[in-house]
Amino acid sequence: MIDGRGWGSRILRIYLPVMGFLVLMLFPFYWMLIASIKPNRELYNAKIMPLIVYQPTLKHYYDLFADTNFLLWTYNTMLVAVITTAVSLVLGAMIAYPLARMNFPGAAIVAVGVAATYLVPQPLLFIPMADIINKLELGNTLSAVMLTYPTLLIPFCAWLLMGYFKSVPRELEEAARIDGASRFQAMWRVVLPLTVPGLLSAGIFAFTLAQNEFLYALIFLAKSEVRTVPVGAITELIRGDVFYWGQLMAAALLGSIPVAVIYSFFVDYYVAGLTAGSVKS
Amino acid sequence: MAVRPDLVARSAPVAVRPRLLHGALEREGAFSWIMLAPGVLFLLAFVAYPLFYGVWLSLQDRPVAKPGVFIGLGNFVTLAHDGVFWQVARNSFVYTIVTTVLKLLGGLAMALVINQHFRGRSLVRAFLLLPFIVPTILSTVAWMWIFDPTFSVINWVLVNTGVVSGGFSWLGNKTLAMVAIIIVNTWRGIPFYGITLLAGLQTISPELYEAAAIDGASIRQRFLYVTLPIIKPILIIVTMFSVIFTFSDFQIVYALTHGGPANATQVFVTYAFDLGMSGGQLGMGAAAALAMLPALAVMIVALTLYLRRQS
Repeated sequence: MIDGRGWGSRILRIYLPVMGFLVLMLFPFYWMLIASIKPNRELYNAKIMPLIVYQPTLKHYYDLFADTNFLLWTYNTMLVAVITTAVSLVLGAMIAYPLARMNFPGAAIVAVGVAATYLVPQPLLFIPMADIINKLELGNTLSAVMLTYPTLLIPFCAWLLMGYFKSVPRELEEAARIDGASRFQAMWRVVLPLTVPGLLSAGIFAFTLAQNEFLYALIFLAKSEVRTVPVGAITELIRGDVFYWGQLMAAALLGSIPVAVIYSFFVDYYVAGLTAGSVKS
Repeated sequence: MAVRPDLVARSAPVAVRPRLLHGALEREGAFSWIMLAPGVLFLLAFVAYPLFYGVWLSLQDRPVAKPGVFIGLGNFVTLAHDGVFWQVARNSFVYTIVTTVLKLLGGLAMALVINQHFRGRSLVRAFLLLPFIVPTILSTVAWMWIFDPTFSVINWVLVNTGVVSGGFSWLGNKTLAMVAIIIVNTWRGIPFYGITLLAGLQTISPELYEAAAIDGASIRQRFLYVTLPIIKPILIIVTMFSVIFTFSDFQIVYALTHGGPANATQVFVTYAFDLGMSGGQLGMGAAAALAMLPALAVMIVALTLYLRRQS
């Protein structure tokens, strides 16, 4: 089969399976889009063919902006994601750099500790964390999530960046040191500029992780004004048994766009970040 | 390599007469620990401390906003005598094992398909990864509508193609609700496996396949004896990662079924959430969350050791 030439074989082993995967993976997004522009009379009519829109409308988008704090949720989500990503990138790099390039007592313990921290899942932490945030009187503030997201992001950034920092040849750093550069200057002027792709990968990945976070946001943000998009959508567009499907889909689609746009600009960095952990050697 | 420390040691004093802090920063140990301190302290305060505080909470009868009473292993005993707890454990394992097998097979298939040469390949790869990057809750909202009891598009297709006469109540039926969360988790996870394994496949040099082909290896043999051994480390790491994160999944189950109907899809984290957050029993919730630690610890330790051995 793999040796097969000609169109028939190419269709069978390439185009058909590729189409299949694309349809399976993208259908929910198509479904999101058309549900968000269907008028209610089409949305809630089991008789008509549901795969297309007959009379598209932007009413759900209008209602979403008029009736909910969606814009505020978007602002909150972005603010939290940008700040936590920046903080985590800096602290993660500061952890990764010595672990990757220095010999010092305790290095092995810290390295194992950071790896373990990355793998300890949030579910083990959220109940004690809820109590701690409560005691710090940070409930219903964005500080609560800004303080907790980095627990997920720092270990990830550190772990990813270690690989990149290791890849810079020691000779370059040594040459700079002989020319009188301090350790800090060697890092800032020599190693960091060479690892910009790694910093981009870690940053983009951390940003999507921050946008994806839900559990802490759900627990800590009970007031509408401080909510993030996922929490706002799921708590305020579903009230009891009533689902505001059109608005839900509009919110889901609009909430996905920032991540998707950033991702589209940096696909290769994102893939590098995704695979760097597992594809090292 | 043996020359390096001497070089550094000799060059430093020559350059500038170091001040105290400057001198400290030039020593490897001091520089390292000054760099590490902020991050490590943060992780100690917000990961290590909560972890141990969680253990302490699990040993208490501790309603929200009230002082706790130490009850030893009381919470764990109560859980062990509750049928729901064992159902939760079973659900979590079923959910994790079934989705892992499906994601592994689906992801491998995806990787093999995209590893072929065709136009627009990188664009296809970018699109196929979308389920993994879009915030889980938001894509699960689309799935909620896909599984809607009255307006499910799956039902519409099944009924209109004559496969069944009446639609299923996807999220209302115990078995189908489990099927539904498995479908969504698999959908979201396949691209992660697929794209990671693809990166592994791309490290295999074509000459290996040519050599195998010249030696008369069949497609199946080439896959088993060339492809598989090379991507095995990646396969193991990706799978272990995925198992850890699936076992501790919250978002998909919470959004789609809330653990229902009648706890049929309740997994450890949604259960702990119900007890600790909705029910306000922090101690019991912490105990339920910790109950998944034994299985998780095995995976975490194995993966940590494996990663260290690899690097």
